[in-house]
Amino acid sequence: MAVVWIPSLLQSLTGGEETLVVSGATVGEIIDNLDGRFPGIKDRLVEGGEIRPHIAVAIDGDVSPEGLEQDVRESSEIHFIPALSGGLEDRPARAPARLRSDRS
Amino acid sequence: MAESTTYKVIGTRPIRHDGVDKVTGRAIYGADVQMAGLLHGKVLRSPHAHARIRSIDVSRALAVPGVKAVVTGADLPPAEDRVIQLGEGAVNLKYLSNNVLAGEKVVYKGHPVAAVAATSPHLAEEALALIHVDYEVLPPVLDVREAMKDDAPLLHDNLKTKSLGQETDKRSNIATHTQFKAGDVEKGFQEADVVIEREFTTATVHQGYIEPHNATAMWNPDGQLTIWESTQGAFTVQRQLAPVLGIPVAQIRVIPAEIGGGFGGKINLYLEPIAAVLSKKTGHPVKVLMNRAEVFESTGPTPGSYIRVKMGATKDGRLTAAQAYMAYEAGGYPGSPIGAGMMCIFTPYDVPNVLIDGFDVVVNKPKTAPYRAPGATNAAFASETVVDELCEKLGMDPLQFRLHNAAKEGTRRPDGPTHPRIGYRETVQAALDSDHYRTPLEGPNVGRGVASGYWFNVGLQSSVSINVNADGSVTLVEGSTDIGGTRASIAMQAAEVLGLKAEEVRPIVADTASVGYNDVTGGSRTTFASGYAAIEAAHEVLRQMTERAARIWKVEAQEVTFADGVFRNAKEPEQRLTFKEVAAQLGRTGGPLTGSATVAPRGVGGAFATHIVDLQVDPETGKVTILRYTAVQDVGKAIHPSYVEGQMQGGAVQGIGWALNEEYFYNDKGVMANASFLDYRMPTSLDLPMIDTILVEVPNPGHPFGVRGVGEVPIVPPVAAIANAIHRAVGVRMYHSPMAPGLVMTEILAKG
Repeated sequence: MAVVWIPSLLQSLTGGEETLVVSGATVGEIIDNLDGRFPGIKDRLVEGGEIRPHIAVAIDGDVSPEGLEQDVRESSEIHFIPALSGGLEDRPARAPARLRSDRS
Repeated sequence: MAESTTYKVIGTRPIRHDGVDKVTGRAIYGADVQMAGLLHGKVLRSPHAHARIRSIDVSRALAVPGVKAVVTGADLPPAEDRVIQLGEGAVNLKYLSNNVLAGEKVVYKGHPVAAVAATSPHLAEEALALIHVDYEVLPPVLDVREAMKDDAPLLHDNLKTKSLGQETDKRSNIATHTQFKAGDVEKGFQEADVVIEREFTTATVHQGYIEPHNATAMWNPDGQLTIWESTQGAFTVQRQLAPVLGIPVAQIRVIPAEIGGGFGGKINLYLEPIAAVLSKKTGHPVKVLMNRAEVFESTGPTPGSYIRVKMGATKDGRLTAAQAYMAYEAGGYPGSPIGAGMMCIFTPYDVPNVLIDGFDVVVNKPKTAPYRAPGATNAAFASETVVDELCEKLGMDPLQFRLHNAAKEGTRRPDGPTHPRIGYRETVQAALDSDHYRTPLEGPNVGRGVASGYWFNVGLQSSVSINVNADGSVTLVEGSTDIGGTRASIAMQAAEVLGLKAEEVRPIVADTASVGYNDVTGGSRTTFASGYAAIEAAHEVLRQMTERAARIWKVEAQEVTFADGVFRNAKEPEQRLTFKEVAAQLGRTGGPLTGSATVAPRGVGGAFATHIVDLQVDPETGKVTILRYTAVQDVGKAIHPSYVEGQMQGGAVQGIGWALNEEYFYNDKGVMANASFLDYRMPTSLDLPMIDTILVEVPNPGHPFGVRGVGEVPIVPPVAAIANAIHRAVGVRMYHSPMAPGLVMTEILAKG
């Protein structure tokens, strides 16, 4: 199961736990399962069926453009970090699911 | 991963494809755009840093002969106070729209209030003077710490502090609070033998690109809008423009011109919506250009900041804890690069206990924009100065201390994820081994300083198409604005795959209707991600070319091999065709051939730099003269080493200007007093020695050729390196940037 690193500002919801092992095949499933154990955490991370604006999800160090739909491996590490805004340093907050590369 | 010795194109130094156009003055920049019936737009800007707009009377301006239209914020669709997704990020639509043309308030001096289109720029200017705006002037707040106080003037009626999905009840100028935490900093400080805590402030600084902003718009009666301009991201303009104008993305075509510098400052919308609505009203194309004062006062500088850093280390030089409180000025609307600064501040080090609190704060200054490693230079000034003080207390060489504590593959970053393969240690070792560091520095009031820096780099999305020409050359169509030689660096990657010379690939920067989606040229992503797309497109071309060769030989494609620019029939070794020979037969083997690829690559490689500076301080004036400067950087794999060196030199020079001279001077009413290049002093070649470069190549495993972004990290270490060198030269520590002569002199006199 994936290891979720709980942002320090949300650790009050997890009783101070910094990392949690959570089941789920996608980021969305993992957040749902997390919310089942620690109610309220989903509301802090998700809005309108999407990862909240200004929050990005990183899987094994790579920020994912796929948000809740992002597949997660058994050994993955998941982090919620600032989705930087303002242009140059923007990270994808949401984008259609796509392959790593798509030749045509 | 092929070894570098096997490359034929990568690592060489061909002349850039756009070189002749640029050195002969033939390249077309945004201001060069001309067309029949063109009108000229001018923008009326707020004289106040903070005011409520009671009313705007444009009647006298409209009566001027030759004036064709006047627009205000009311001419833009009502902007809802909601966050919209733009694919590459999220923005508040109201803030985005109101920054272009003010709504009910102006929140900085220079904030656009109205605009005029006329048959000449002079008439338009004349008409601006006849627009009457009734302002209720409000007190401004210009400093980040002042703005955070409970009794500070509030810029926005609806702004409350957000903290990871939670919003406070109270109105505030603090837009967000973010935190990174690892381990237990209190425990870490208890374990330390030496603890240093210092406060730092940095001034507002502009990118200082030579070419002012520009936009020409033609809004056709059928609703199709075309924009010509210089921008770092044509598609990003298209995506921002659509919601601001309330029209579909599909109705907007953005045609990028050459760009005269951007450094992050030419991403946000400024003139495009104004030119568009003026064009819609008049039925004519409208061109709007900024002058230098408008660039300073109305576009996005990088934020002023307040940073407090505390770090602890053991007697044997091991870092035990690091803590930072960082408050960045966002300007008139939320969105400073505080998150980026937090992600960079302690990242070169392996520190077990870290706590970083960051605050994004609105003040009555122009809305900040990205500037080359946004937020990281401010952060490194603070952390790298404290590291230097730790080294001094411990009696350790500052580079040996860094080597001792350097992050490496597997080290956990303060924001959580672990580093992939990185080359920070290698940059420190190369600095230690450099001729510069090994050469003693002698003379009165001279000092040597070092500092390191990190920038994470980004990947985002890119598209490239390659068309094979009948002569065996190819045209490469990309959508990344060429900054710093990216036509060459992208084309060279395709050339390497195709077995062609760099000159046989002709790169074209296309508009939003002519190539697949591309994110901005920024985040040090272009050579990495658009290069990646070029590699993939080239492989697709090769796949099709292989089929054509197979068709010629009447064999299966899998029986055809390609190496060194030659296709071979595996079954008949004497049968060989060069790339050119196959290209010449495309018409007889199935017709034209195009390969394209779109990528959203992962595996972005972070970049580290370590800089060494020697300087001399005039003890009678406080003036600092740079004597020698060496920039060392992990560049992954340098595709075109000259342009990599150019990026390192350019970043270092901008950092030197930031350290020694550059700042916005405001009076107490929030008016910038030095909005010209005469008074906003940037360094020139006459002020500086040659910037030496040492390229360290630790290939990024996430890219086929090992590319890491190289453009931003070289601006991160200079301010701290210079502060540390000043200390060694005259014994004073500098905690404010810029370290202008007056401030250095003040510190020298205070020391006595």
